[in-house]
Amino acid sequence: MSEAKDNSTQKLHEPLLHIVKRAGISRPKAWLIRLLAILLALVLNALIIYWLTGLNPIAVYKTMIDGSFSTKRKFWVLLQNTAMLLCIALAVTPAFKMRFWNLGAEGQVLIGALSSGALMFYIGDKLPSGVLILLMLVCALISGIIWAGIPALFKARFGTNETLFTLMMNYVAIQLVNTMIAVWVPSGSGVLGIMNSKTNTGWLPTIFGQKYAINIIVVAVLTVFMFIYLKYSKHGYEIAVVGESENTARYIGINVRKVVIRTAALSGCIAGLAGFLLMAGSAHTVSSTIAGGNGFTAVLVSWLAKFNPFVMVLTSALIEFLQKGAGEIAQAFRLSNDIADIATGIILFFIIGSEFFINYRVIFRHKAHKEGK
Amino acid sequence: MFSILTSFLHSSIVQGIPLLYGATGEILTEKSGHLNLGIPGIMYVGGISGIVGGYLYEHFCEKPVALLCILIPLVCSLLGSGLMALIYCFLTVTLRANQNVTGLALTTFGTGIGNFLGGSLLSFFGESGSISLLTIGKWYKAYPAFADKLGGFGEVFFSYGFLAYLAVIIALCAQYFLTKTRAGLNLRAVGENPATADAAGINVSKYKYWSTIIGGMVAGLGGLYFVMDYTGGTWTNNGFGDRGWLAIAIVIFALWKPARAIWCAFVFGGLYICAVLIPGLTSAAKEVIKMAPYIVTVLVLVLSSVRNRRENQPPAHLGLNYFREDR
Repeated sequence: MSEAKDNSTQKLHEPLLHIVKRAGISRPKAWLIRLLAILLALVLNALIIYWLTGLNPIAVYKTMIDGSFSTKRKFWVLLQNTAMLLCIALAVTPAFKMRFWNLGAEGQVLIGALSSGALMFYIGDKLPSGVLILLMLVCALISGIIWAGIPALFKARFGTNETLFTLMMNYVAIQLVNTMIAVWVPSGSGVLGIMNSKTNTGWLPTIFGQKYAINIIVVAVLTVFMFIYLKYSKHGYEIAVVGESENTARYIGINVRKVVIRTAALSGCIAGLAGFLLMAGSAHTVSSTIAGGNGFTAVLVSWLAKFNPFVMVLTSALIEFLQKGAGEIAQAFRLSNDIADIATGIILFFIIGSEFFINYRVIFRHKAHKEGK
Repeated sequence: MFSILTSFLHSSIVQGIPLLYGATGEILTEKSGHLNLGIPGIMYVGGISGIVGGYLYEHFCEKPVALLCILIPLVCSLLGSGLMALIYCFLTVTLRANQNVTGLALTTFGTGIGNFLGGSLLSFFGESGSISLLTIGKWYKAYPAFADKLGGFGEVFFSYGFLAYLAVIIALCAQYFLTKTRAGLNLRAVGENPATADAAGINVSKYKYWSTIIGGMVAGLGGLYFVMDYTGGTWTNNGFGDRGWLAIAIVIFALWKPARAIWCAFVFGGLYICAVLIPGLTSAAKEVIKMAPYIVTVLVLVLSSVRNRRENQPPAHLGLNYFREDR
């Protein structure tokens, strides 16, 4: 549509629309475009909800806000879920910035949770809680590194397509979790239940009277660290250069292979940390759905924030808020819970589409003529 | 012993058909340089649109006719999955959005639509219970009567609904199209190097649009086969499971060749089902067997990149968008 080109006709045919890349756009203007996109998406969502159910959209949106803020507990759950999603998004960010498409965060989180869960299962009652937690952390980090490191090694050495490789590693991890659960739960129910619920060994302690406080603090620190790491460290600079152009990186003497492997390992390491936090800090159990698709949602969170860790706080909170809100709507108006996914999908499409208007400019035919003169 | 073998082959093929549709669709899409991770979502939508179409027809028509019983869900399914693919290619081709992100969002969206409509369709019409379109399912499952007389041979080759044969035919046609026609050559050129294709006078956007939309429609048929033939016209939320991702795995396993995808899909179908069929396995062993397709896929991916033979590589511009004024 935009690039209509006509080789058959002899006379010069000028397309109606012409697309030009913008040299740059001021930050407020970019955010205005994004905000408009979200507003449009909300209007469209309201129309769809109205059309499907005949409910007043404003009442529906009010219910949505209740989903996250009506009680203190709901608010803490929102914070905890946001923190977990943010943590995984932070994990994939350095890799993405290097244009290494790590779609395997789901698997890396699972494998981190699984290995720390294995420690809880086998030696959970033999060690003091503090030592156990430390061991669990180390194991989760190492297994995350391995899970992301394998695709990275092949990418660096043989150019193996990392998108497909990491994607497949997710399902290997899922099946590994299912296998271990089958081994651990002899009854065959396939559900591992909460571990050490009596002794609480291997559980992160409760502080400020809030169970999730430690998770949230860890992720907050990580956010600041990642911002500094990407923006001000030498590693961050190398990541940016390799991402922009591998040839340039090679030319200025960056060891591209090393950077690729190191960054992917960091990515897996943080995903492993997320697995550990899930295991020790909130869920205390492992199942193939423990990451809940967050490994994929994190890709969206990170990309929507343009890889800026602080903006990611906003985007992950937005997505969690939508999920919670839509869940509340589903409950209040007796709809199927899946309307959350539809609403989220629509908002994502609009935000994804709005990036075009930030990066490109559309020039109409007659206007182009004027500029030509 | 023989009957166990034939019934195993039969179930492998039944399991493999949705995967084959998904893989053929994804190969067509990827050949234009677009990695559509929305295929799992598209397959859900393909399935649910067929269900919705069929339900409306059964609901508003006193005496359903066999031909319409087949055609209406088929057309609805094609429309639904085509629309989904259109969203994807509008965002990635025209608006040049990131393909991975768009694809993942599409999968979330499509799965949501499938489960939402599947869960609430009946309540819109004041009914309760779960959807079951047995009449339509019966027509989709119909196979020629002589198959039963041929014993094991008939069971393996002739005992499927028409969609199963269509899957194989589409895959063969896709292979022919990609390797033997001018348009197929152009499409591959677009996926390998769009700038060169553009310079040669190929309309890059047009090829990308058509291959993505047709690819999406083909994949959507996999969803339709699943709900109409495999489950006989019923819908279970998340019943389709991770088959969409398995279809993407087959694309790699088949090295981007639709004809190869046929037997690859049946092998994967066999691996998918053999955990259930082999007697006396512990549940842990079953889970390990289910891991096999993914491990095999990873091995194929690694080996093909290590051997680095040109004809076995992914399209060179897979995952990258094309903007003419970029250098």
